[in-house]
Amino acid sequence: MTNTPLDDKQDQTQPRVIAELRGVTKRFGTVLAADNLNLSIGEGEFLSFLGPSGCGKTTALRMLAGFEAPTEGDVLLDGAVVNEIEAHRRPVNMVFQHYALFPHMTVAENIGFGLRQMRPRMAKGEISDKVRRALDLVRLPGFEDRRIWEMSGGQQQRVALARAVVNEPKMLLLDEPLAALDRKLRKEMQIELQNIQRSLGITFILVTHDQEEALSMSDRICIMRDGRIVQIGTPQELYDQPISRYVADFVGTSNFFDGTLEAGSGAIAGVKLANGITLGGRPVGAIAAGDPVSLSVRPEQIGLTRKQGGAGALPVTVRNRIFLGEHTEYLVRHETLGEFFVLAPRQSELSEGPFNSGEGLFASWDATAALVLTRK
Amino acid sequence: MRLYAALVYLFLYIPIGVIALFSFTAGRHASQLQGLSVQWYGKALHNPFVMDALQTSLMVALISATLASTFGAMAAVALQGLRGPVRVAFDGLIYIAVMIPGIVIGIATLIALVTLFAGLNPIIAAVWPAGSAPPQLGLGIGSLVAAHTMFLMALCIIIVRARLSGMDRSLTEASSDLYATPMGTFRQVTLPLIFPAILAGFLLSFTFSFDDFIIAFFVAGSETTLPIYVFSSIRRGVTPEINAIGTMVLAVSLTVLMVAQFLLRRGANKGGGA
Ligand SMILES: Nc1ncnc2c1ncn2[C@@H]1O[C@H](COP(=O)(O)OP(=O)(O)OP(=O)(O)O)[C@@H](O)[C@H]1O
Ligand SMILES: [Mg+2]
Repeated sequence: MTNTPLDDKQDQTQPRVIAELRGVTKRFGTVLAADNLNLSIGEGEFLSFLGPSGCGKTTALRMLAGFEAPTEGDVLLDGAVVNEIEAHRRPVNMVFQHYALFPHMTVAENIGFGLRQMRPRMAKGEISDKVRRALDLVRLPGFEDRRIWEMSGGQQQRVALARAVVNEPKMLLLDEPLAALDRKLRKEMQIELQNIQRSLGITFILVTHDQEEALSMSDRICIMRDGRIVQIGTPQELYDQPISRYVADFVGTSNFFDGTLEAGSGAIAGVKLANGITLGGRPVGAIAAGDPVSLSVRPEQIGLTRKQGGAGALPVTVRNRIFLGEHTEYLVRHETLGEFFVLAPRQSELSEGPFNSGEGLFASWDATAALVLTRK
Repeated sequence: MRLYAALVYLFLYIPIGVIALFSFTAGRHASQLQGLSVQWYGKALHNPFVMDALQTSLMVALISATLASTFGAMAAVALQGLRGPVRVAFDGLIYIAVMIPGIVIGIATLIALVTLFAGLNPIIAAVWPAGSAPPQLGLGIGSLVAAHTMFLMALCIIIVRARLSGMDRSLTEASSDLYATPMGTFRQVTLPLIFPAILAGFLLSFTFSFDDFIIAFFVAGSETTLPIYVFSSIRRGVTPEINAIGTMVLAVSLTVLMVAQFLLRRGANKGGGA
């Protein structure tokens, strides 16, 4: 999968392309870590690489930073090919997964490190001014003279961030920057990262395997699998229009019913499920009759009722009820389709009342809300 | 089991303790304690042969430790860049190098140097301008320093390598990401972090070279180091003076070793990864 239509559409709305991958492939011996990556990154954009462990996210980031050179293809920064330009000559900065703070330096010395390398030399006063402002930005005022090992994980994370943004790079690369933090701190830092990105207007490229993190922070997400880019799009686009079962599974939660595509044309196609039932859904992408597909239905798009519904309604029994505040999640079971999730908003509960475990109900959804996705 | 351990310790330390104790004797016998005094220390320190040997030993130790730790550190940094089978091969060779018995190194170095000198001296004599006598390459301080440096470099490489591999690779990457040139990264990040290991390597090398008898015995030529002096004077009988020299060497070595240990320990605690 190269440039998806979604990608092109997005490019038109981005004012200026700041970085680009053109047919970038990276091999480590026999391992194909990046396979023909094509991607344009706009100025001021917050882009995430999302994918499971080992799919090549870090490799892509390291090629942008200059730690790895592509085996094939070109990496462009500001319109110029930078394949051979070393990391220390690139106007980008990276926040490392384990922060990589220098243990023999104080907080201020760490943050000022990049500024001290600049030629012509920057005045001492100017450096300490900038360091102080960077510490204010990450809400660690007065921490200049602390040693690194005297700081908590969250504080070290902020220092690492300050050390990168103080140089005012064109692009900030973040490799799972929040992975080592606990859940609560992670949430806080997500918001802070977003605020910092907006206030500085720097392009952020974030690597993560946490879909929630990617969905909540990014302008665009680049879903990766086995070194390839599967789909690029805004969180909304990926959620509403995934191009394959893999993407639908990775972005949000969904119920999947496996089957084969039936012949026919039109907006709604039939999927013949293993037990002989045929359900309708909106086919996505290039799939042909007979292809193995999944019917994907988001839990919130399924309605539950006690009343005998229309023709398409499936008789189900409630297995579990999970109260989630605004919503209630039900795990229901169909005789032959098996178990699936339904997310019911509170309102419907007011009309029909909460359903109890063991109760017999009817589940139905709009055929246009169900997507027929390739299983490849 | 406890008793056994206690016996081992007794056997190890009693002779050393006895030497230290008897060095303070006021009498003339090395194996008797007749009153306490430090006269033998004074005597040892005023013996021109001892002072001469001490000077040679110190010089050799200082030069070889400096060379070994400097070049060892450089080699360690260079080796860090290697990958795969080449690296495995080099690592293996270095570990073997420190395990080779001193006597083998002594003999091997002696043969190598003698062969080299036998080959070089006629060539030098041939190209030397007529009129002055051509210099003769021979065994001496130079060969001693060379032999010690070769052996100790392997030790220093191992010590620095251990520190380097405990250091997070992302630290040097972070440095170059923050615009530091390769040289700048080495100076500002790598060197400060491995410096305790280099210093420890220096100190260990110093004590090794200072105490070494076996290698020195083979390659020192006509030079006398302190251990060689002690060895040759023992043949004329052990005096309390020898005990005093031994005790002084022991005290210096222990102090230096403890400093080295402290440096290595502290380096390991601080960690490279942060
Ligand atoms: N220096 C290297 N030498 C050999 N193989 C490598 C190297 N770096 C990465 N790889 C391989 O390339 C593939 C992609 O690795 P990469 O680190 O980019 O994955 P990732 O998506 O960042 O995974 P994770 O989420 O676990 O960090 C993996 O199969 C990995 O083993
Ligand atoms: Mg990674």
